[in-house]
Amino acid sequence: MAKTGHAAAALIRIEAVSKSFGGIPAVDDLSLDIMDDEFFALLGPSGCGKTTLLRMLAGFEVPDSGRILLDGTDIAPLPPHRRPFNMMFQSYALFPHLTVEGNVAFGLKQENLSRDEIAGRVAEMLALLRLQGMGARKPDQLSGGQRQRVALARALVKRPRLLLLDEPLAALDKKLRAETQFELVALQRKLRTTFVIVTHDQDEAMIVAGRIAVMNRGRLEQVGSPAEIYERPKSRWVAGFIGDINLLEGKVGKGGTTLDTVHGAIRVTNAGSAGTTAWLALRPEKIALAMKKPRSGRNAVPGVVTEIGYLGDISLCKVRLANGAVMQVSMPNSGAELPSAGAKVWLVWPATAGVVLKQ
Amino acid sequence: MSSRGAQSWSQRAVLAAPYLWLVVFFLVPFAIVFKLSLSQTAVAQPPYVPLLDLGAGFAGLVDFLRGLGVETYVLLFSDTLYLHAYFKSLIVALVSTAILLLIGFPMAYGMARAPRRLQPLLVMLVVLPFWTSFLIRVYAWINILQRDGLLNSALLQLRIIDTPVAWLASDTAIFIGVVYSYLPFMVLPLYARLEQLDRSLLEAAADLGTPPWKTFWLVTVPLALPGVAAGVLLSFIPIVGEFVIPDLLGGSDSQMIGQVLWVEFFANKDWPVAAAIATVLLAVLVIPILLYERAQRRALEQR
Repeated sequence: MAKTGHAAAALIRIEAVSKSFGGIPAVDDLSLDIMDDEFFALLGPSGCGKTTLLRMLAGFEVPDSGRILLDGTDIAPLPPHRRPFNMMFQSYALFPHLTVEGNVAFGLKQENLSRDEIAGRVAEMLALLRLQGMGARKPDQLSGGQRQRVALARALVKRPRLLLLDEPLAALDKKLRAETQFELVALQRKLRTTFVIVTHDQDEAMIVAGRIAVMNRGRLEQVGSPAEIYERPKSRWVAGFIGDINLLEGKVGKGGTTLDTVHGAIRVTNAGSAGTTAWLALRPEKIALAMKKPRSGRNAVPGVVTEIGYLGDISLCKVRLANGAVMQVSMPNSGAELPSAGAKVWLVWPATAGVVLKQ
Repeated sequence: MSSRGAQSWSQRAVLAAPYLWLVVFFLVPFAIVFKLSLSQTAVAQPPYVPLLDLGAGFAGLVDFLRGLGVETYVLLFSDTLYLHAYFKSLIVALVSTAILLLIGFPMAYGMARAPRRLQPLLVMLVVLPFWTSFLIRVYAWINILQRDGLLNSALLQLRIIDTPVAWLASDTAIFIGVVYSYLPFMVLPLYARLEQLDRSLLEAAADLGTPPWKTFWLVTVPLALPGVAAGVLLSFIPIVGEFVIPDLLGGSDSQMIGQVLWVEFFANKDWPVAAAIATVLLAVLVIPILLYERAQRRALEQR
């Protein structure tokens, strides 16, 4: 997959970039490489600085400090209209006085191309985005999904080095959004253009992106593939932001293979140096429920089922432990009998199921 | 059923209201003026014939209709005085509207781009002159433009001129007065339009490779056009019929149509000719309104 083949030099290098608005930092000393031909996601809660970072790439905001390099050259002197990047705006920002064709051709008309070449490239792009026959319409005669595709066509027709997508699917309904996510991935593979998407939706980032940068309060929490971020989060914050997580606090035992918790010693892997505080992060689907204490090998903690939620494909089970903490367990609905509320159960998982977090 | 009937009745009343307004305040007065324009002057009270004598019944109505004629219109188009006045009015309105657009657009643009918290203040400043009587403000211009007025003394002080310029009683004075008086009518609709302009459209244009000056012509101006049309109509139409400004600031060598109308009505007591002038003026002004109306309908249909 193109997703992992980035041994080459970075297309974009963000070096220690900071930006604050009215003394409040939006992006704080952030460094990041974006490789050629990758689908990169900037993911984080609202206000984490991801949009500010995107707008600095586009040139609409100027970093207070730090540099942004394209192919090793600082792009600070380039105003937005001279950058070989194009952006798809969250509001789409389609020109209401121009037709679909006029919107898509707008950027090409600034490039001194022949009339025939512009017409050809516009037609090609409209076909690629399934907008044939819509060329003469005005934006307000289109559906939301069509407008979204026109905005995409308008940005892609200039063949940018970098396509910036600012919450591109936020205005679509759930079903259309899911379809469009896969279409975006297919489009990126086909055009081999570098895509950078800004989103607050973890599912969206996981589906479309080859690499994700998780941002919080203007800083990078973690950069990695979707699986890396989900399976091996670096911090409790990332673990909690991406999906659901159970945390067990304890002191690392000798050899770094156990964690001493209020529930007893729990076998783990790679817990680090003995005596430090650490947290075992366990995804709900990595825990099994047992009616009897298993004989050996795996970790087992007793608890009482407090709630069961049926979600169709899975059931979510909440189990209260002896110290009052509540753990979430998810079980596939494959016909096995579910415990009822009030049942005494054992939570069971192997030593390799979780990740030990230091922060 | 009854409540639904009542509702549709009240709905109809609401729909009828603007038509009623139009009939009572436009159509009926216009019909009276038009009838007057077909009459002849007479030394009488009122100063025209024929008069409709309802007491005479049908014969009275026939007599009345026999008495009407188009002599006034023949006079309007045969005496160059009237044609000149119409022509001058149109030229003054056209030129001043162009100047208003040239001054008003940058003003409105600046207001719309000003910091948001400053904008109400700027709008207030544009509207503020309305708080003083229009007549007083035009009189003030007499004071400014007269031979030893403010403008001449300022220009003399600055050594831009050596001898005082006769500003007053000239077409220049008319243009100054008209542009000054009608500027808010140009600025406000333009500002209302430009203020709504989505900034992300300007960013999108920049993102697509358009330098700022070109974005202005390709995005800002086309999107401001409805505001331009509104401002132009709000200025052009009343300027054509303007009476006070040319009468107080203009010269006596040539008159605008509003002045001619006033003279016919009050000085010459020729009500039929005054009414005919008004009728033709209306016909001239209805043309741009209809054009605007058609352009708007076409814009709506395109949606």
